[in-house]
Amino acid sequence: MLLCVEDLRVGYGPIEALHGITFGVREGEIVTLIGANGAGKSTTLMSIMRLPPPEAPVYHSGKMIFEGRDLTQFSPHHVVSRLGISLVPEGRRIFGNLTVWENLKIAAYAHEDRQEIQKKTKRIFGLFPRLEERRHQAADTLSGGEQQMLSVARAMMTGGRMMLLDEPSMGLAPFLMYELFHVLKEINQQGTTILLVEQNARIALKYAHRGYVLETGNILLEGDARELAKDEKVKKAYLGE
Amino acid sequence: MTLSIFIQNVMNALQWGSFYALIALGYSMVYGVLLLINFAHGDIFMVGAYIGFFISTFLLGAYGFQLPWKLSGGLVIFLTFLLTMALTAGVGVAIERVAYRPLRRKGVSRLYLVITALMVGLLLENGNLALLGASRRNFPELIPKVLYSVGGVNFSNTKIIVIIVTLLVFVFLQTVVLKTKWGMAMRAISYDRMAVPLMGVPVDTIIVMTFVLGSSMAAVAGILFAVSYPVLEPYMGALVGWKAFIAAVVGGIGEIRGAIAGGFILGFTEIFVATVFPSTFRDLIAFGVLLLILTLRPNGIFGIARRTKV
Ligand SMILES: Nc1ncnc2c1ncn2[C@@H]1O[C@H](COP(=O)(O)OP(=O)(O)OP(=O)(O)O)[C@@H](O)[C@H]1O
Ligand SMILES: [Mg+2]
Repeated sequence: MLLCVEDLRVGYGPIEALHGITFGVREGEIVTLIGANGAGKSTTLMSIMRLPPPEAPVYHSGKMIFEGRDLTQFSPHHVVSRLGISLVPEGRRIFGNLTVWENLKIAAYAHEDRQEIQKKTKRIFGLFPRLEERRHQAADTLSGGEQQMLSVARAMMTGGRMMLLDEPSMGLAPFLMYELFHVLKEINQQGTTILLVEQNARIALKYAHRGYVLETGNILLEGDARELAKDEKVKKAYLGE
Repeated sequence: MTLSIFIQNVMNALQWGSFYALIALGYSMVYGVLLLINFAHGDIFMVGAYIGFFISTFLLGAYGFQLPWKLSGGLVIFLTFLLTMALTAGVGVAIERVAYRPLRRKGVSRLYLVITALMVGLLLENGNLALLGASRRNFPELIPKVLYSVGGVNFSNTKIIVIIVTLLVFVFLQTVVLKTKWGMAMRAISYDRMAVPLMGVPVDTIIVMTFVLGSSMAAVAGILFAVSYPVLEPYMGALVGWKAFIAAVVGGIGEIRGAIAGGFILGFTEIFVATVFPSTFRDLIAFGVLLLILTLRPNGIFGIARRTKV
């Protein structure tokens, strides 16, 4: 396992939000975490990134191990810069007052190797030619879809080992959504392991290898993505069939 | 008003505007990254002036203690600025560490932070009073005063120095903020603090840098002020600090340009109001004008209303 989460409990103030969840992601996989509003999907991703309160939860107990290293010993910027884990946060959260190019540059903040940055930039602009055209534009003038691309591009720049994505399909037209998932698949094939949180279970299960179903802070089901898509409970609750 | 008096007033306005601008920068930068109105900042200016006082008196050998080497005047000035800036920055960073960071870690509401800042300011004033007593100190003549007279206009070298230094500081900070990766991180933090660590950027380091920059500019203001008006007392930062804060808000808080513009606007309004009205009216009318500017532009001159993000 590349990432191994065991009996994780976290909470906001006195309220526990994850009641001991266990899951894992193997090297090279696309794993999806699906669940309804308020299930704790974003909470899980923010815990892995070790983001601080009040937006993110406080760690209570349990294990989070990445490549044999205990994530609770890392500060958030080190999770990113030393371990190579990146997060595409819910709602994009691009820096609207910076240009597109500056958004990418700040994502390369911790990188020293100029050649590596150039290589990544080339790869990013290869996947998102529209960002290259708009690189001198302030990021808040981008369309919603372009902002989502920028958010993914930024995560590609910071990381490489593993990418966490929090509802990347939100607010995208179907066409753009498929384009984005195509890109994610390509990123995955180039060697980045992906943990994908989605409310749109249909598309998530289509692209993922394995999946977990999260319900109010507990893992309810897990399994092969194709099997999950056939599961009666999943069909009823998340696929609307 | 004759032309020579007018020019003289412009010089005075630029000089006072410079003091306000240099202090306003610190309010503005800290607000930019922390959304904290650091009300202790006016007192950091006072601390800077006192540190400058002790260092320059020491270097000039006025403690009955001679340095083994004779320092040239230029070197004394240089060292005074350098050491004062470094030590004052240390004070600013220490305040951040001891008072603000623990509260931030606990995720308390910003109101408590602002109240803490006010208390830190009072601690600095009264700490100074307790340690050094109520007597005023006379700042040594660090930069020997030279008076020029050009076409009937009289002005001193210190005024010119104050104005030039302020402009250099402006160019320097503008470069830092717009051209370096640290400045980029500062701007990013002001837009969305939560997303910044996700970029691999250590937010605390950027916050410390902001306090270093803000406090050392307050130290520059402290020395320049003391050179121009060489009497120091523990409360010297209070009123000037409040005015600089207002200047920062009028210019658009969080913006380097705004702090500079706001400082100069305040300087000009004060000086020119005093030339027309009795001096007791000065602050009343000056602040009336500022209030009017804020009514017309609630986010300040360079401030932009932050778009709420989805
Ligand atoms: N910052 C916060 N402070 C307090 N409670 C929070 C906070 N963020 C989330 N919660 C609570 O934790 C629980 C899980 O929230 P979370 O955001 O992880 O859900 P989610 O699965 O991502 O939902 P959605 O699909 O709507 O994004 C919810 O009950 C929510 O109210
Ligand atoms: Mg969520």
